[in-house]
Amino acid sequence: MTFEEIQKQAKSNWDSQYHGKAPHILIGTATCGRAAGALPVVEAFSNELAKRNARAKVTEVGCIGLCSFEPLVTIIKPSSFTVCYNNATPQVVPTLVEGYVLGDDPCLDLALGTLDGGDGKAVYIPELSRFEHEYRLLLRNCGYIDPGNINHYIANGGYSSLAMALQMEPDTIVGEIKKSGLRGRGGAGFPTGRKWQQCREASGQTKYIICNADEGDPGAFMDRVVLESDPQQVIEGMVIAAYAVGSHDGFIYIRAEYPLAIERLQVALEQAKNLGLLGDNILGSGFSFDIEIVEGAGAFVSGESTALMYAIEGRRSMPRARPPHSVKAGLWGKPTVLNNVKTYAYVPLILARGADWFSGIGTEGSKGTAAFALAGKMVNTGLAEVAMGTTLHELIFDIGGGIRSGKKFKAVQIGGPSGGCLPESMLRTAVDFDSLRKAGAIMGSGGVIAMDEDNCMVDTAKFFLDFIQKESCGKCSTCRIGSKQMLDMLEDITVGKGKIEDIDWLVEVGQDISGGSLCGLGRTAPNPALTTIRYFRDEYEAHILEKRCPALVCKELIAYYILPEKCERACEHCVLSCPVKAITTNEKGIKVIDQSKCTKCGSCQLVCPPEYNAVIRLSPPSLVPVSGAKTQE
Amino acid sequence: MKPELVDILVPNKKDRRHLISLLQQVQYKFGYIPKEAMLAIADFLEIPESTVYGIATFYNLFRFTPLGKHPVKVCMGTACHLAGGKLVLEAMARELDIQVGGITSDQEFSLDRVACVGCCALAPVVVVSDSVYPRMTPPKVEEVLVTVKPVSQEQPEKH
Ligand SMILES: Cc1cc2nc3c(=O)[nH]c(=O)nc-3n(C[C@H](O)[C@H](O)[C@H](O)COP(=O)(O)O)c2cc1C
Ligand code: SF4
Ligand code: SF4
Ligand code: FES
Repeated sequence: MTFEEIQKQAKSNWDSQYHGKAPHILIGTATCGRAAGALPVVEAFSNELAKRNARAKVTEVGCIGLCSFEPLVTIIKPSSFTVCYNNATPQVVPTLVEGYVLGDDPCLDLALGTLDGGDGKAVYIPELSRFEHEYRLLLRNCGYIDPGNINHYIANGGYSSLAMALQMEPDTIVGEIKKSGLRGRGGAGFPTGRKWQQCREASGQTKYIICNADEGDPGAFMDRVVLESDPQQVIEGMVIAAYAVGSHDGFIYIRAEYPLAIERLQVALEQAKNLGLLGDNILGSGFSFDIEIVEGAGAFVSGESTALMYAIEGRRSMPRARPPHSVKAGLWGKPTVLNNVKTYAYVPLILARGADWFSGIGTEGSKGTAAFALAGKMVNTGLAEVAMGTTLHELIFDIGGGIRSGKKFKAVQIGGPSGGCLPESMLRTAVDFDSLRKAGAIMGSGGVIAMDEDNCMVDTAKFFLDFIQKESCGKCSTCRIGSKQMLDMLEDITVGKGKIEDIDWLVEVGQDISGGSLCGLGRTAPNPALTTIRYFRDEYEAHILEKRCPALVCKELIAYYILPEKCERACEHCVLSCPVKAITTNEKGIKVIDQSKCTKCGSCQLVCPPEYNAVIRLSPPSLVPVSGAKTQE
Repeated sequence: MKPELVDILVPNKKDRRHLISLLQQVQYKFGYIPKEAMLAIADFLEIPESTVYGIATFYNLFRFTPLGKHPVKVCMGTACHLAGGKLVLEAMARELDIQVGGITSDQEFSLDRVACVGCCALAPVVVVSDSVYPRMTPPKVEEVLVTVKPVSQEQPEKH
């Protein structure tokens, strides 16, 4: 088939589903949708449609990034507007089928809003204020097309860049990518065009293309969403890269913790192959390129480029010193281009719309958009894609909707374990490679985690060091031993055994680790501790000098206490919830916690009905009234 | 050699490259890496046993004790940690009466920690078998375990 024929076939497949006579129901079933219960909703629709003999098609799509509204259901009607329903459950399915699939009632009380026009009564989703701040390139199709149907991608412009690229000189393609200013989205921000050029110029017949889908930063999930929702854009980008540098073998190294992404990638690869867009003699051009999936085996350090190549070779993924650079001697010693999932996904767009268009978005040094995973205490957790240069404030407050439950913003952790914690005063920082680095954080993987007053900064620093210390490959003694030392000191501080000199020690050891380690893991390991010390030193001091955890998190420094005047007495919730039977009823019918038995699991506080809210935390524990049973007089 | 092991090894080329993938296949099949399998892989690829052991212990994915029928994984990623994942892990350990890495005496449940399963927006999460349970709390732990494995021996309670 020629590409025109492929396109024509794809278009008709797409039209029959999205512009057909029957209603079309889209249900988001990416991992986050599934976690929120999307699969029972799919089943409920199938059953209800069968039962009512309704002519409608159900399509499973990816994630549009509104994770806190999952499961999301969209109903497209040929003669009416498209409505999107949030937090759907199997229980509402009969209502939706009766109301909007079969009838004319759009059930707007169950809807998040409409997607194309509407009747003026409902929210028009594209006009939600968060979308004013967003600029969606990578996510443009996510949640809208079926990731399991390549026709949908092609019908929306997919693979036309590849068709065009195959008519171009490889040097021209590399030139376009260079001109676009695209920098790698795996964290370090290395110029992609320059990497490709170096590999193209490297001598040797065998060259490799690798896609880094290891996404090891706990708190980042953009790569997963891209792969689960629109995998073809990544494959198309890889094929173009292969053609540009002259490679015939590609690998996608993906973490085994993403089974759904792996499954959808496998389907996507197969479909691309069946249409002649991958494999032998791509689109009759004489150029051949194939891609193999390699599953990771769960080591954060495997995400580092040289380590990742060892992992593919079946060795321990321990980073090595450079030079030689991978573009000259990478996988099995051959010239290799390794890029992140998102980096490849931009490539087809850049060729389709032009390097100038791309470089017109963003800032001087950072072009294009950046995709972020918003998590932590924000209202709208999920994905966001913004032009580089957008401020952290916009990201967290305008798109993320600010902090949940009326709590106060405390800090944002950006860039994962290699990144830093920034306080409110730094929220005007622009998100681009250079501004973030100046602030002490990094763009890194794009995880943005908001913390509120209930999060302890010392505990957060300890969490990241614990992670790093476990993940250090052990090659450099600074990283292996230094991270353990820092962790021990932080551990002491959180249990009230810290000394005030420890703070300066942490900074000193931190600098030694940064300076003396080989790879990015060690070099950036101290960042969370250093930034929290820089911006939240008072919290460290409270732990050390007053044995007090201001956020009421560090177990050894807090106690649970039941306020006698608030306890309802007749209720037994806390008593039943306590796993160690530490709560008893005193002679006045009030519940009392036996501090010597309490394991500080927090169950009682969670189950105490909000109207009483009688269980509180105190720090330091010495604040608990001595009798422990002080009652209302 | 167990016949399942033969099935895994034989279709593969004797290429060092496949070491990790072979270990993965073994783990998918048995739920863990039995010692016998490591020896067989070393033999098959003609590499030292210590190399196989070294690789298997380097990567976090591999475990050397059997998994429960319903493997429980508590997420200890950043988002889950900040949302109280540690309390959930402790509650899980208490409820199952095992440590992280352990297995219940009836082989029903095993307990592990994982670093991020990509559902941070729903933190803290617990994964049991292949299902993700969002927004967990210590009191919810018991509910989840009962959904997975209803306590059938006991008389149903009348309300
Ligand atoms: C410890 C460590 C972990 C890393 N993990 C990842 C990862 O999960 N995904 C990724 O794309 N890059 C990761 N990187 C960055 C890679 O080394 C590499 O710079 C990047 O994948 C190159 O692709 P890019 O040029 O498209 O950004 C990691 C680096 C280090 C030091
Ligand atoms: S810095 Fe740490 S993780 Fe990186 S090579 Fe050295 S020891 Fe290994
Ligand atoms: S749950 Fe709250 S109100 Fe109920 S007995 Fe316990 S402390 Fe009192
Ligand atoms: S941190 Fe738990 S799912 Fe990401």
